[in-house]
Amino acid sequence: MNAPQPSPAAAPPAIRLRNVSKTFGGVRALDGVDFEVAAGEVHCLAGENGCGKSTLIKIVTGVYAPEPGAGIALFGQDFPAVTPEAARRAGIAVIWQDLALFPEMSVAENIAVETLLGARPRLVRHGAFREVAGRALAALGVALDLEARLRTLPIAERQMVAIARALSHDARLIFMDEPTASLTQSETDRLLGVVRRLSADGVSVVFVSHRLAEVLEIANRVTVLRDGRLVGVFPAAGLTQSRLTELMTGKTFDKAVAATDRSAAPAVLEVKGLSRAGEFRDISFDIRAGEVVGLTGLIGAGRTELGHALFGMTRPDSGTIRLNGRTLALRSNRDAIAAGIAYVSEDRLSLGLIQPQSIADNTVITVLRRISGPHGLISPAARDATVAHWIGELAIKIGQPSDPVSTLSGGNQQRVVLAKWLATEPKLLILDSPTVGVDVGARAGIFRIVRDLAARGLAILMISDEVPEVYFNADRVLHMADGRIVGSWDPRRAALTEIEAAVYG
Amino acid sequence: MARILRDYPAEVKLFAVLAAIFAGLSLAAPSFLTLTNLTALVNNSSVNVIWAVGLLVVLIAGGIDISFAVAASVVQYLCVYAFAAVGGGNWAIGFAFAIAFGTALGFVNAALIHYFRIITIVVTIATFNAFFGLLMFITSGRFIYDLPSWWTRRIILWERQAADGSWAEIILPVGVMVLCMIATWALIRHTTTGRQLYAFGDNPEGARRIGISPGAMTFIAFGWCGAMAGIAGLMQVNIVREVVPNALIGRELDVLAAVVLGGARLGGGRGSVTGCVLGVLLVAITQNGLNLLGVSPYAFKMVIGAIILIAISTSGVTLVRARRAGGAP
Repeated sequence: MNAPQPSPAAAPPAIRLRNVSKTFGGVRALDGVDFEVAAGEVHCLAGENGCGKSTLIKIVTGVYAPEPGAGIALFGQDFPAVTPEAARRAGIAVIWQDLALFPEMSVAENIAVETLLGARPRLVRHGAFREVAGRALAALGVALDLEARLRTLPIAERQMVAIARALSHDARLIFMDEPTASLTQSETDRLLGVVRRLSADGVSVVFVSHRLAEVLEIANRVTVLRDGRLVGVFPAAGLTQSRLTELMTGKTFDKAVAATDRSAAPAVLEVKGLSRAGEFRDISFDIRAGEVVGLTGLIGAGRTELGHALFGMTRPDSGTIRLNGRTLALRSNRDAIAAGIAYVSEDRLSLGLIQPQSIADNTVITVLRRISGPHGLISPAARDATVAHWIGELAIKIGQPSDPVSTLSGGNQQRVVLAKWLATEPKLLILDSPTVGVDVGARAGIFRIVRDLAARGLAILMISDEVPEVYFNADRVLHMADGRIVGSWDPRRAALTEIEAAVYG
Repeated sequence: MARILRDYPAEVKLFAVLAAIFAGLSLAAPSFLTLTNLTALVNNSSVNVIWAVGLLVVLIAGGIDISFAVAASVVQYLCVYAFAAVGGGNWAIGFAFAIAFGTALGFVNAALIHYFRIITIVVTIATFNAFFGLLMFITSGRFIYDLPSWWTRRIILWERQAADGSWAEIILPVGVMVLCMIATWALIRHTTTGRQLYAFGDNPEGARRIGISPGAMTFIAFGWCGAMAGIAGLMQVNIVREVVPNALIGRELDVLAAVVLGGARLGGGRGSVTGCVLGVLLVAITQNGLNLLGVSPYAFKMVIGAIILIAISTSGVTLVRARRAGGAP
């Protein structure tokens, strides 16, 4: 559903950029880009990581100055030089992905925090906070406890707080950077509802998201950037996800179902009647050698909990897990690793890697004993060999193995996580939401690796809340709801829409 | 009530523990619940409370300071010389000098932290050593008893003779302590600057993005802590009537423990004056109680350490439980 196209003649555009360029140390981050957002429009800024989206946002908000020759007009007013203060006063607000909120402070203070600013210290009127905050939340149609500490709120409500903060100082254009990355489906729907409401009230919203489905659902128009250049501006109504992906990456991706029949191969993982109170019940399935099984369902369905149990991090109350015909009694994830199970977590950035440490150290952390000599000291030769092997195998683009992991792009970090687990030579690989926060081009790379690994005989369980992801990349799709497996499909015989209807209801 | 419990869990728990210890000691040690003992307890806690509210501001802003007790000693010596230079001085001059010197020492910390981007614990360990070393070197460890009489005269704000004939009294430093508490409470609760300090400690990057100046926050927090340290030094002399260079060193850790016990978070953004005072009182009452019960003074530190461990680890347990019950997806 698309919001009605606002007529551009009614008001001057919220943003009009002409010929904006920016170079960082020889790299052309933006090259002669034009960008225009109409008043009350929902506009999407699309492109892969590194295409110049954030540079563009930072130029509009005055964080960076564009190179000479650029023209910037905000709400019909020309700005020879934009400062953060001027942008804010003009009515531009940015909601960064990390929200920039204050967890220990109250909801009211978080929303009205800018009333604390000003050159001279003043007495605070706590009543005024509540008034400002209450008005902003009312404008959003959202009810929250104004006195609650922010940290007690779920992430979706914090998002609302961030939007309310923007509205509280009369924002007329709001940038939202990956606002739905950590929201469930119903929370996302609620956020999109709020965006529509803002748009109807004449507030422009610029949406940056890797989730193309919601981009196409919410936006009036899409501006596509690639390698710092403008690809074009397209009405969302005429675009499809695959067309948008092509525009963003400049490549075509074959959206063919990758599934093959593996039922003749020996079973690697056999799960029978697995239950754990409050998490999942009576789970039975198997994964064969070389098979990729996709496990989908809404957030909260118990998918991650099942993954944790298979990896020995929690103990099931009943049921059996067999790996290559042997029944496992996993007391910890060390047992699981020893048995040949690897798990790549959902939150790869905070849980999967030790960011400041080197790529090499991160890669071998799971196999320290194997690369150690008889006295328990790490053998540099064995370490370097292991690291070199997996960097080559997974085609990870790095500078030096001794560089910190934090220097890598998201996609390459994901590969390092994979390398770390593959170094344990697992028989079963559990991938939990492997593409969260990864852009379209890098996603394709990850799925290619997954297929390659399966081709070597690895059994793979891929957990994802995006049905198309498992549909196109798994050999079988399992649907989990309320802690049970409620559906199973062969992508070669079922239509995507059929599975989506079952999962998203 | 539910809100207080949710927003100030450390303070509420501390209050309950304090009440339990108070009740227990009242029964176990007959001399505990006497007016004379309780007023002495408050008198002896006044300097620690003044330090504690100063330190609280630094902790709220996300820093830490262990140099304040030594800074108080430095202020005492500076004051001795400054009062001599102005011909003796009086209370007004005394407060002005103590606050000025204390603030200046706090600014030294702030400058090192802000301009050289050194983390606060490292800076204050360094200044702790530098202040103390300099003090011992310059004074050669000399005690000073020859002090202006206005400074050492005991000023009694309130007194009453108890049934057993002993005098219960409240002295000047307690009044000053109350003023420091009120000033700090007003600053952190009711001024824009105070709320900016919370925001800065809570999320420095977020605060910077909305236009809060990190430099101003650092200087205000450490300046306030320094000013409180200066006042505490002035009051300490009024109580003990001497200036001894190594009299205060070591007390910074007791105060730090008390403030953390009172719910201030190492890492910033949380803490209250009430919690601070409760924390200092808990440590003081426990010591006092052990003393009255005839426990060896060598056991004090051990018991205090155990209390801190129990307090910190139980608050950790409630956190873990809350997270589990919250059912993070």
